[in-house]
Amino acid sequence: MQDEPTPIELTKAVADFLRNDITPLISGHQAFKLRVAINILDLVTRQLIREDEGDAREVERLRVLLGIEGSVTELNRALAGRIAKGEVDLATPGLAEHLWATTMDKLAVDQPNYASYKRELSRDS
Amino acid sequence: MIEAELSRSVRRWCPGATGVTGAAKLSGGASQETWRFDILHPNGPIGAILRRSPKGYGAAPTRAAGLGAEAQLMQLAYEGGVPSPRVMHVLTPEDDLGTGFIMQRVEGETIARKILRDDEYAAARPILARQIGGILAGLHRLPKDKLPELRSRGATQEISEFERDYRSLDWPKPVFELALRWLRDHDPGPSAETTLVHGDFRNGNLIIGADGVRAVLDWELAHLGDPMEDLGWVCVNSWRFGEIDKPVGGFGSREELFAGYEAAGRKVDVARVKFWEVMGTLRWGIMCGGMMQRFREGPDHSMERAMIGRRASETEIDLLRLLAPRGS
Repeated sequence: MQDEPTPIELTKAVADFLRNDITPLISGHQAFKLRVAINILDLVTRQLIREDEGDAREVERLRVLLGIEGSVTELNRALAGRIAKGEVDLATPGLAEHLWATTMDKLAVDQPNYASYKRELSRDS
Repeated sequence: MIEAELSRSVRRWCPGATGVTGAAKLSGGASQETWRFDILHPNGPIGAILRRSPKGYGAAPTRAAGLGAEAQLMQLAYEGGVPSPRVMHVLTPEDDLGTGFIMQRVEGETIARKILRDDEYAAARPILARQIGGILAGLHRLPKDKLPELRSRGATQEISEFERDYRSLDWPKPVFELALRWLRDHDPGPSAETTLVHGDFRNGNLIIGADGVRAVLDWELAHLGDPMEDLGWVCVNSWRFGEIDKPVGGFGSREELFAGYEAAGRKVDVARVKFWEVMGTLRWGIMCGGMMQRFREGPDHSMERAMIGRRASETEIDLLRLLAPRGS
């Protein structure tokens, strides 16, 4: 077990420093690069917060859907292969729900401001 | 400095020109650059754009038509009434500027978000979807016997090509697999008619003014194929920049696009347009993966390129919205 602060807390501290203290000092192309850097750190923070639970739910859905055990990567590879072979499709019970849930979890980390995601999120609530 | 070569060049082919001023690089990768400059002329300065591959960068990527073809297409478009800059000069070895061409500079905006949000374009926005329909109809009618040599691509070949690109990434994505299956199941086969296809006609590649579309840019992916491909690509959600209820570039409806196209005397095949919209969404997703791969393998180890890999999921949600929509 590693000591604290946690990676989430550390990453967030760096992102906040760049956002609050460095952003006002920089302009032009470097300011654009700085914004990208802050976006990356924010994404990493979101992933660190959400990944374990999201992956656990994804593995559980995949185990039910595929009837096999494996890591989240192995199970995704297996599902991709079955869809490619036509063994699983949108008529398969649970597939559409699984793909939607997985994709929503990804967007929550990758691009929570993406308009399609916000639209679908409002449908869930 | 590039101004010395440009000055020598313009004096040769632009009668009365005395030199150039204000050369500034607008964009540039390793193999292709865009510069703006003004030609000094007794009647007043002439705004110009240079598109070139610098010396030593002759080879174009396999899908690209090449700058020579791009110049010919823009000239043909200009002559055919498609909004386009006039090509002023195709570079020759004695210009000592590499390969490429010089065109007249068209004033206006290309940044999609500004076009969609700024007051300056408020009057233009409602007319753009229909106007784009008319422009695409004109583009698809350009005389085939005058076109430069272009690759020819139909739906079936494109599916295979994107599948190969996707598999080479070794990036198992169930949603992309689903899209590939859907595309194979809905492959419309060869189109009844083969025309010039722009290949990257979208918000971001158009110069827009307060009066509407002033120029169509970025012809490098032009090819021969199904004209409906351009109508599908312009509707891909990634090019709506947040205005997701206005499929045509965030400007307006498919109905307006189709009406503009048909008013110009050409037929729309709605099912084919949908096919190409799905294809286009997947295409952008796979391109995001390709950029991630180039980030990993270098030489471009930039943060921007890395982050584009994390935009593939945008195309996954858009593919699901197209192929497995949830209740409204």
